Amino acid sequence: MIISIASGKGGTGKTTIAVNLALSFKNVQLLDCDVEGPNAHIFIKPEIKRREPAYIPVPEVDETKCSYCGMCRKVCAYNAIAVFPPSDDNKKGSVLIFPHLCHGCGACSLLCPAMAIKEVNKGIGIIEIGGKDDLQFIHGRLNIGEAMSPPIIRQVKNYINPTRTVIIDAPPGTSCPVITAVKGSDFCILVTEPTPFGLNDLILAVEVVKKLKIPFGIVINCADIGDDNVDKYCQDNKIPILLRIPFDREIALLYSKGIPIVHAKKEYKEKFQNMFNSVSKLLTPRAL
Amino acid sequence: MKQIVIISGKGGTGKTVLTASFAALAKNKVMVDCDVDAADLHLLLQPVIKERHEFKSGKTARIDAAACQQCSKCINVCRFGAIRDDFTVDAISCEGCGLCSYVCFDGAIIMEENLSGEWFISDTKYGPFVHAKLGIAEENSGKLVAKIRQVAKEIAEKNAMDYVIVDGPPGIGCPVIASLAGADCALIVTEPTLSGLHDAERVIEVARHFKIPVKLVVNKYDLNPDMSDKIEYFCKENAIPVIGKIAFDKVVIESIVKGRTIVEYTNGKIKEEVVKIWEELKGFSQCR
Repeated sequence: MIISIASGKGGTGKTTIAVNLALSFKNVQLLDCDVEGPNAHIFIKPEIKRREPAYIPVPEVDETKCSYCGMCRKVCAYNAIAVFPPSDDNKKGSVLIFPHLCHGCGACSLLCPAMAIKEVNKGIGIIEIGGKDDLQFIHGRLNIGEAMSPPIIRQVKNYINPTRTVIIDAPPGTSCPVITAVKGSDFCILVTEPTPFGLNDLILAVEVVKKLKIPFGIVINCADIGDDNVDKYCQDNKIPILLRIPFDREIALLYSKGIPIVHAKKEYKEKFQNMFNSVSKLLTPRAL
Repeated sequence: MKQIVIISGKGGTGKTVLTASFAALAKNKVMVDCDVDAADLHLLLQPVIKERHEFKSGKTARIDAAACQQCSKCINVCRFGAIRDDFTVDAISCEGCGLCSYVCFDGAIIMEENLSGEWFISDTKYGPFVHAKLGIAEENSGKLVAKIRQVAKEIAEKNAMDYVIVDGPPGIGCPVIASLAGADCALIVTEPTLSGLHDAERVIEVARHFKIPVKLVVNKYDLNPDMSDKIEYFCKENAIPVIGKIAFDKVVIESIVKGRTIVEYTNGKIKEEVVKIWEELKGFSQCR
C-alpha cells in the first residue's frame, strides 16, 4: 500500500505526519519526494548506505556528422536547441544546447536525419538510500540551480518496495512535482491548518487528488487555532478528518530540534496507529 | 525601481504575512504573488480584478482513434509513460514534447495547446497587484511566474514606481528561479528549526548562484532560541545580514482569520519589528 502525504502548501506539517506515521509501524518504507527541500532525514537520521546520481539525458551533437538541417531545433518543444548553419561570415556552423531547458524526451536524437545526436547523462541531483532500524529510507536532492525536479522524484519512486507499507512525503504545490510524487498512491493524506490560508490551499490540494482519482482524508494540524471553516468545508464535502493535532509549544520545540513526536510523546504512537487503521478502512481491498 | 523577492526554501514560514505587511508599509509599489501553485496573498490584499488574461503554455498529445492503426510506435518512444495500452493519452503524464506526433505515420496524433492558467491585474487599497492561478495539475509554473513578474515590472516602470515586491514560491526549483531572476534583493524568511536552517541554506545558495544579494529574517525565533542563535551564527559566517527576528504570536493567526495585514491589525511589538524590517529592507540598495 502506498500512502502519500500532501498539502497544497509547505509548512503545514507534511513531514511531521510522514515521519511519525512511518515510525509508528513495522515494515515501512519512507520516501522523501520533496527533492527541493528534503527534511525527513533530519528526523529519521538514517544511515545512508548507497548514493546514486540522478540524471536527465541531454543531447550532445557530433558536429562532424551534423548537416545543420535544423530538424533538432524544430522538434524540440522546450527551445533547448539552437542551430546556426554555416554562412559567408561564419564558415563553420554550430549547434548550441541549453541543458537546463531539456526535458530529456529524446526527440532530437531519434529524429536527427544525420544521426549526429547522442544522449549523455547530465547529473541533476542525488538519490540517497539507507535506513534506520527496520525502516527503509530513500530521498532525492535536487542540485542547486537546477529547475527540473520531476525526473528525480520519478527516480526516487523507482525504489518503491511493494512488500512494505510505502509512505511518500510529497513536495508542496499543485503542479508537476506534487503530481509526480502522488501519482500511483492508494491513498493521500492532506495536511492543513484551520486558517483561511490553510483552507485556500486545502481546496487546491483536494482538486489535485480528485483529478488523480486518489482517495483521501485530512489531518488538521494546529487544530485549536484559527477558525472552523476547514471543519465546515470537510463536513460539507464529506471528507474524513483522520487526525487533529493541537498547537503545542512542546511539539513545536521537538520539531525544531528534529525529534519525532512519537519518540518524545508516546501517546502519539497510538494516535498515528489509529489513523493508519482509519486509512486502511477507507481503502478498496485491492490496495491492501 | 527595485525588485524585492521574499522567499523561504519552504512554505509556511511567514512569507505571505510579511509580504502583505510590506504592501501596507511601502509607498508607490506593485505587488506580485509568484506562488502561482497555491497563491494566498490575495486573501490579505483583497483585490478587485481589473484585467483577466489566459495563460497558454505547452501542449498535450491527443490521439484520433479513427486514424490510429495501433502500431504502438508512440508508446515505444514516449519516455513519460503518457500513452496507455488502449492508445489514449494520460494528459497528466504528457510533457508535450511531441515526439509521438512525429513518429506516427498515420498522422493520428494531434498536439493541442494547453490553457494552463490565468493571470490578473487587480486594484487593491495598497496599489496595483499582479497575481495568477495555475490550473490544477498544470505545468510550467516557472513560465507563468516569469510572465507576471514581467507585467509587474512594466506597470512599475510606466508609473515610475519605487518597488516591485514579490511574494515568492517555496522550494528551490523552476518557479523560485523564475521569481529570483533579475531581482535586486532576496529576503529569506526562516524558522528556528533544523529543517528551517536546512531549507534556508539551500535557497541562499540558489540566490547566490544567480548573484542576488540576500537578507534574512527569523520568524517565530522564540520557539527555539538556541536554533535562532545557530541561524544567526550561520548568517554571520556567511556574511548574510539578519535584519529582523519576529516572536511567535497568536495575533498573527487572528489577523489572517480577519483577512488583515499584521501591521494594520495590531499595534503590538510584532508591528514594531515588521516596520523595522521594512525600513532595513528599503535601504538595501547599498547591498549590491
